[in-house]
Amino acid sequence: MTTTTRPEQTSAPAIGSQVRDYFERVRGGDLGALPAVIGLVVLCAVFAWLSPSFLSPINFANLFTQGAGVTVIAMGLVFVLLLGEIDLSAGFASGVCAAVMAVLLTNEGWPWYTAVLAAMVTGVLIGLVLGWLVAKLGIPSFVVTLAAFLAFQGVALILLDEGTNVSIRDETILAVANGNLSPLLGWVLLAVGVVVYAGIQLTQARRRTGRGLVADSFAIITFRVGTLVVLSGFAVYVLNLERSRNPAIISLTGVPIVVPVILVLLIVWTFVLRRTAYGRHVYAVGGNAEAARRAGINVDRIRISAFVICSFMASIGGIIAASRANSVDPNTGGSTVLLFAVGAAVIGGTSLFGGKGRVLDALLGGAVVAVVINGMGLMGYSASVKYVVTGAVLLLSAGVDALSRKRASASGRR
Amino acid sequence: MSQAPVLELRGIDKSFGPVQVLHDVAFSVYPGEVTALVGDNGAGKSTLVKCIGGIHPMDSGEYFFEGEKVHVSGPRDAAAMGVEIVYQDLALCDNLDIVQNMFLGRERTSGLVLDEDTMEEMAAKTLAGLSVRTVKSLRQHVSSLSGGQRQTVAIAKAVLWNSKVVILDEPTAALGVAQTAQVLELVRRLADNGLAVVLISHNMNDVFAVSDRIAALYLGRMAAQVKTSEVTHSQIVELITAGRSGELGLPTGNGASA
Repeated sequence: MTTTTRPEQTSAPAIGSQVRDYFERVRGGDLGALPAVIGLVVLCAVFAWLSPSFLSPINFANLFTQGAGVTVIAMGLVFVLLLGEIDLSAGFASGVCAAVMAVLLTNEGWPWYTAVLAAMVTGVLIGLVLGWLVAKLGIPSFVVTLAAFLAFQGVALILLDEGTNVSIRDETILAVANGNLSPLLGWVLLAVGVVVYAGIQLTQARRRTGRGLVADSFAIITFRVGTLVVLSGFAVYVLNLERSRNPAIISLTGVPIVVPVILVLLIVWTFVLRRTAYGRHVYAVGGNAEAARRAGINVDRIRISAFVICSFMASIGGIIAASRANSVDPNTGGSTVLLFAVGAAVIGGTSLFGGKGRVLDALLGGAVVAVVINGMGLMGYSASVKYVVTGAVLLLSAGVDALSRKRASASGRR
Repeated sequence: MSQAPVLELRGIDKSFGPVQVLHDVAFSVYPGEVTALVGDNGAGKSTLVKCIGGIHPMDSGEYFFEGEKVHVSGPRDAAAMGVEIVYQDLALCDNLDIVQNMFLGRERTSGLVLDEDTMEEMAAKTLAGLSVRTVKSLRQHVSSLSGGQRQTVAIAKAVLWNSKVVILDEPTAALGVAQTAQVLELVRRLADNGLAVVLISHNMNDVFAVSDRIAALYLGRMAAQVKTSEVTHSQIVELITAGRSGELGLPTGNGASA
């Protein structure tokens, strides 16, 4: 085999060799999303066995709304983690942004769009300050964001007048976490999504084959599209079932609105990371900052931008959390939110050591976290058990990351 | 000296605080030739290279590129002229693949989107032009490559940009016998393709195997710049360790350090 583009290499590689390559990568310590997928299947099986209501349509819908806030924060954290940094303040940053929105909305009577915009701008400003302190002053991100973690708790208290609970009555904001798409719209969005995905995959493969480059085989593309159709089709079907306890009084069907919100964020940030020069530079800085600097990349700017994206996503996570709780209190974004978000990113396969991770990881890991919280809630465990399990899950995911990294370095993959 | 040098330095001085590292150094690099830059530890090889690459500003002296006097004030200036440096620690990102590394910081885009196909084609062409046949796939991560392959990628990255001068900082220092031979072959091929190559090395065998000229630094002064065919192994060792060898070298022997 050579690197030259000789004609015989233009044919797509056999599926067998692609499958073999995948197993080789996994054995070599490049686990990717495997722990998250296995964990998800095992956890679902265990909870379904222990608690019959786990598999009910209403609980399935609850999983999405419960996990949404943490997942969105985790998506932002992926950018910071990719650089080998950490943002411990993302949880309370989301709380501060939610408080800004709630105060403007309820106390000041702003319309929802300006209040949301203000919350997002707050997130961006927080990210700018954190990123500047890390990149320009060179304070370790751990310390900067730990300080911010404490300070933001205080800021949230100030904004909420020393701890009052500000309720949210705006219909649009409440709909984010509580509303559903109509069943028909759910199917239409699914169909559009599948067609666009398949179209992108096929045109990409055709273009690469036309230029004599190695392309994915038709079988692989069919497998990917097929998996997407089956999984998302099943999800939309279940979410479109009637899940109200008393359908005569109120009907409850359809895909929760947070699902398309999360999918749009997933697609946008995946595009940014995989298809733009900026995303490439984020990976480069995380892999070898010195090499990136020598290649003419402005490392400081990349660092600051990652913190900006993280805090911006935290603001969206805060808005979703506020919508779900119908109110904002000083503990919004507090307690376990941050740990769950970091856990979600890491469980999904994002490395704490930088350079490795995808936005999709946050979604898969967020699903695992949501299943753990939801399942334990259904089984009626007390807060004490939940805290212990939370800590254990985070430790476990970080342990898997460290071990796979060790394994990877032993097999020469890193 | 049949040809004009592509890059020429005259009277370079460089100090770091009170320590003067380079004294009145002259250095010429010719197209189609491998110029070996040798010298003991601390002789100023790396400093000289960093001055050429624009990483350190020169205190005084003149910098000519293709016969014209130029002012190089940063790495981007040097890169824009076509001077590329391949550092000892390679400056590759382990978590990126070969194509991504070769285009790092200079990605091809169409609109907002990375043009992966064009980049892959150009990378394949460059590696084919260097007759590199040892890598399995252009899309494998650099972390899975051997030391020699990594060096190859680093060199190919430097060549990709139609560079005119490629400076290699100890490219074989960490390699085994077979890989060293591979890399030296590649170095020779670069020069045969018309590039001016500067090879920094401690290994006399490597130097005599591939170089056309040898420039020996001794305590921050250019002891001699000679044709490889006109000197012996031991003469070069003397130039490195004592600054002079017979007719060659600095005028007053060890006086250089005074």
